[in-house]
Order: sequence, then structure tokens, then C-alpha cells
Amino acid sequence: MIEYVSKMALPVGEEFHIMKNRLTPDMLTGKEKRISIVTGTHGDELEGQYVCYELLRRIKENQKHLTGIVDVYPALNPLGVDTINRGMPLFDLDMNRIFPGDANGTMAETVAADIIDDLKGSDLCIDIHASNIFLKEISQIRINEISKEKLVPLAKRLNIDYIWVHSTATVLESTLAYSLNDIGTPTLVVEMGVGMRITKEYGNQLVDGIFVAMKDLGIWDGEVIEPKEPIISKDGNVHFLNAAVSGIFVTKASHCKELQKGEHIGNIVNPLTGMVLQKIYSPCNGLLFTLREYPVVNEGALVGRILERKV
Amino acid sequence: MNRRILFEMNSVYRDSFRVAGYVFGHGEKSACIIGAMRGNEIQQLYICSQLVKRLSEIENAGGIKKGKSVMVVPCCNNYSMNVGKRFWPSDNTDINRMYPGYHLGETTQRIAAGIFEEIKDYQIGLQFASNYISGKFLPHVKIMETGFEDLEMAKTFDFPYVILRKPKPYDTTTLNYNWQIWETKAFSLYTASTDAIDKETAILAEKATLAFLAKQNIIEYNHKDIYDTKVLCENDMIPVKSDVSGIFLPEKGHDDLVSKGDILANIVDPYEGHVIRQITAPCKGRIFFVQDKTLLLSNALVYRIIKED
Ligand SMILES: [Zn+2]
Repeated sequence: MIEYVSKMALPVGEEFHIMKNRLTPDMLTGKEKRISIVTGTHGDELEGQYVCYELLRRIKENQKHLTGIVDVYPALNPLGVDTINRGMPLFDLDMNRIFPGDANGTMAETVAADIIDDLKGSDLCIDIHASNIFLKEISQIRINEISKEKLVPLAKRLNIDYIWVHSTATVLESTLAYSLNDIGTPTLVVEMGVGMRITKEYGNQLVDGIFVAMKDLGIWDGEVIEPKEPIISKDGNVHFLNAAVSGIFVTKASHCKELQKGEHIGNIVNPLTGMVLQKIYSPCNGLLFTLREYPVVNEGALVGRILERKV
Repeated sequence: MNRRILFEMNSVYRDSFRVAGYVFGHGEKSACIIGAMRGNEIQQLYICSQLVKRLSEIENAGGIKKGKSVMVVPCCNNYSMNVGKRFWPSDNTDINRMYPGYHLGETTQRIAAGIFEEIKDYQIGLQFASNYISGKFLPHVKIMETGFEDLEMAKTFDFPYVILRKPKPYDTTTLNYNWQIWETKAFSLYTASTDAIDKETAILAEKATLAFLAKQNIIEYNHKDIYDTKVLCENDMIPVKSDVSGIFLPEKGHDDLVSKGDILANIVDPYEGHVIRQITAPCKGRIFFVQDKTLLLSNALVYRIIKED
């Protein structure tokens, strides 16, 4: 059933609304567990669109196995999705920096409060992001180290490739995931693929994992896969590769590849002079889990991230 | 006057990105004044350009105190300015949310780190800033309550108000917050406008800044204070919001005195022309802030009023 999570009148003849679709078993006992799948906080990240579609399609195909509540929120920032805008049009701050919101605040803050209000109490929430338009990511879950005990076991069930336990930062206290975890609603942040695109393999992989989590929670009693064992790491094992010069980045190595120390990842070139400005090599043996997709780089732009592997 | 490049970055097709600082006097790093950090902060740029002009005259007349120096950085983001964007042209990040920055990080983290390295050792830091809700303000000094804030010094600035703000998580990456963490006495200065020049408050800011530097014994400058500066907590001001959206037609502007029940603005139906809502003053007071968007979103903050008895 389609429901409205937040509604507001826009200035000129249009209603702003955030929608969700709630699927429930035919007979409700009142004791059902609930999983919430949310995406589209960043309007330019579209990988979650496929996940929402595919998840609903598969459930509807086998509705008899549904034993709990599935809430799907495909676009928390509908105006951003429509305008190919990462943020909310007419609002300066990143939408993922204003949670838990404020029912008496600005439109964006009111919307954020409505979203929290609707999601709270879920037995599991999965917030699907898709990096940005610049970088391609392998399927991964990012966990704030303060909640790792609770979240890592849940994350391992989602059939993703990698779990990154990162250190805390005050500025991250205003994300959707932090705010929900803070009020006791376990929330996992998935990052995968690249902005403005859909990578079906990642989408299918995650949907398989969501069914595993649903079965664990008692929301699904159909057949599920055995999830893959993810790599788990902390900040210390991740190497960042940033452009030393401005130019055009041309890749040599492929995304998701296990690299040898010294292996050639790509070049930053100058199309005006035909010169190579910087050759980028791997500083260690490891997995190239982030690779730049958007060619134009300014000095400092991230071109890749490698997870070091000790051999 | 000594013009220095504080940070420089090459580009493939554009002229190099440069942040220039203008240093007056020699000796200890007494005060640093930062202008535009975002591409639409034209008023902030203009005020700093006027300060560069005036400080150079003062310096030529021998008016910078011995052993003291002042640096003015009119613009930290000409790349965005020249293409009409508020934030960084390629990735839309906000330099003012990147402090203290990171030399090995992404582009705007490097810019913030490069600037911060050059300005963090000043004893006093002044930043001409803009708010994330756009509109017209009464001139004020904003300080964040970090435990290192200096309210007494803020009050010597000849502006009508000092506003105290409790930092929110997203404030912790701003210049003002990090300046304070690094023990610079930091003050954010707000005048009436951002995108357009408001000459009256620009002149006020220029004079108040020079007078402030004189009070701190950094320069010589004669000035008689106009204001008896009042201190307010941000949350003490009365917010006036509109529960409806539509066309915003203000009847009252910033600095107007209003009585309880006065009509502040009308919100008009954009198709049918009638007034959907009259926004009235909830109390007697002075209008501190009025928003400047013609098309109003619902729940938008439209006014802030300083309550008066
Ligand atoms: Zn995102």
C-alpha cells in the first residue's frame, strides 16, 4: 500500500511528498517484525532505485512467503532525484546532515523529522547510497565504530563484499543512520556502484542479501542464498589515492581488482599538451575498491582507495 | 602593503586558483580578516576590498602599530564567483564546511587546509560570513559557544548586536569553530546582504572593523561608537514562520519596529491572487531578520524579531 511519509505544499501549484510502499502478509497478528529499505537521500545516487524495484518484484512474486512488514522508501529526496541534484533544491545543507530534523524547523528539517518518525521502531533499516558521480564503489557497508558490536553481525548477512568500520566524527552525528542508531533503530549504510547509474549485479547481490536479513528477522520464510563472507577492515588499512595535479584521469587498472604493490592504476594527462602529468601506482598489495569514474580532476580529487592486504 | 599568495592550485583549462592575502604592518600576527568563502558572497568581498583600500592608506600614514600586523583575505573562492555558483564548481562542496582541512585530502579540504595553515596563528580572526537561510539581517557579530569565545571583546565591535550561538554538529567544520579550537578569538560578522551590495551596512562594517582594530591597539583610527551593543542568544529571538507556501509580499523589513498584531507580510495564492495568510507580529519588537525569497516554502522562517517591552 502506498503511504505518504511527509507532505507539504510547494509555492506554485504542486504538493511535495515522500512516499513509501508497505507490504504486509495477508493475515496480520500484530507481532510482525519490520524491515525498512530507504534510498534517494542524495538525488544523484540511483543504485537503490533498482534495489527497491527488484525487492518488491520478488516479494510480490512469492507473496505467500512474506511473514513480516516490508517498508520501501525509494526517494527520500524526490526533488533532488527529479532535478539530478545531490542535495535538496533551494536548501544549502546536505540532507544527510540535518537529521534527526526538527518538526518546528525549516521545510527540510520538518521533512527530516517526518522521515525519522516514520522509520523509528523498524527492526532493521537499510539506507542505500551510491557513492557520487565521481567514484565507483564495490558493494560495501560503512559502520561507525561506536556501533560496530551491534551492526557488524547484521551487516555480514547482507551479501556485500566489504564492511568498513570507520572512526567517528562530530559532523557525522547528523546523518540519518546515526540518528536512527542513536534511538535504537539498527541502521546499515550501504554504498555501492556509482552516481547517476544502475549496476544491476550490485543491485541483485544486495537484494539477495536483504532476503537473508528478512529471513533472519522472521519477515520471510522462502528460500534464501548463503551470504558471502565480506572483508572487514578499519580505517588504518585503507589507502587514499588523491590526484597530485589537475587534469584528465585515464584508468589503466579495473575496479575491484586485487593489485600488486607498484601496479599501474592510471594516468592524469593534459589533453592540451599531450603530456602525462602524473602516473598513479598502487602503494601496496590490495583491493582497488574505489575507482574514479569521472575523468576531470582537480588537484586533490580522489582517484581511488585501496584496502591493503597482508600477504 | 604586501600581497601574498596563500594558496595556489593549477587547473587544466582555467587560470590557476589563487587565494591572495594582503598584509599590513610587520611583527606578530595580530588580526586576520576573511571575506568571501562562497561564490555569492559579494557584499563580503566588497567590504574586504574597502578594508584593503583603507588599511593601505592607514599604513602609508604610519598608522599600523609597531610590531603588529593585519592580514585581509578578500576572497577564498574566486573560482565559484566567476561561474555564478555558491559552492565549489565541480563537486559543489562548501569550503566553509571543510575546516580545519586536510593537506592530503580532496580539493576543497586542501584549499581549507592551505588557507587555515596561513591564518590559524592570528590572535584575532574576523570573518564576513553569510547564513544558510538567505535574507536581510541587522548587522551583528556572531560567536559560537565553544568555551573559548570572548564575549567582552565581541561587545567592543561597534555593531548593534552580538549573537551567541550554540554549535550544532554541522558547525564543527566551519572556519569560526576551528579558529576558536586553535585558540584564535573568532568573530563572524554579518551585514544586511550577501549577493548584492548594501552600501550602508558595508560602510558600517568597514568603520566598525577599523575601530575594533584600533581598540585592540593594532592600528590608529579615530571613531566614536554609535551603538550600545546588546548581547542576545540566537534562541532568544522570536521566530516567525509561515505555515503556508506561496508568493511572499513583505510589508515590514529589517530594522522596522513593530507592535504585536502588526501585519508583517502577506502570502498570496500564486494562481488566484488572494491573500492565503497574513503574517502578523507575535510580539512588540524590532525586526532582526527577514527572508528574501519571493516564492516561499511552507514552514519557512520568514522573520526573526528581537522582543522589546
Ligand atoms: Zn549518498
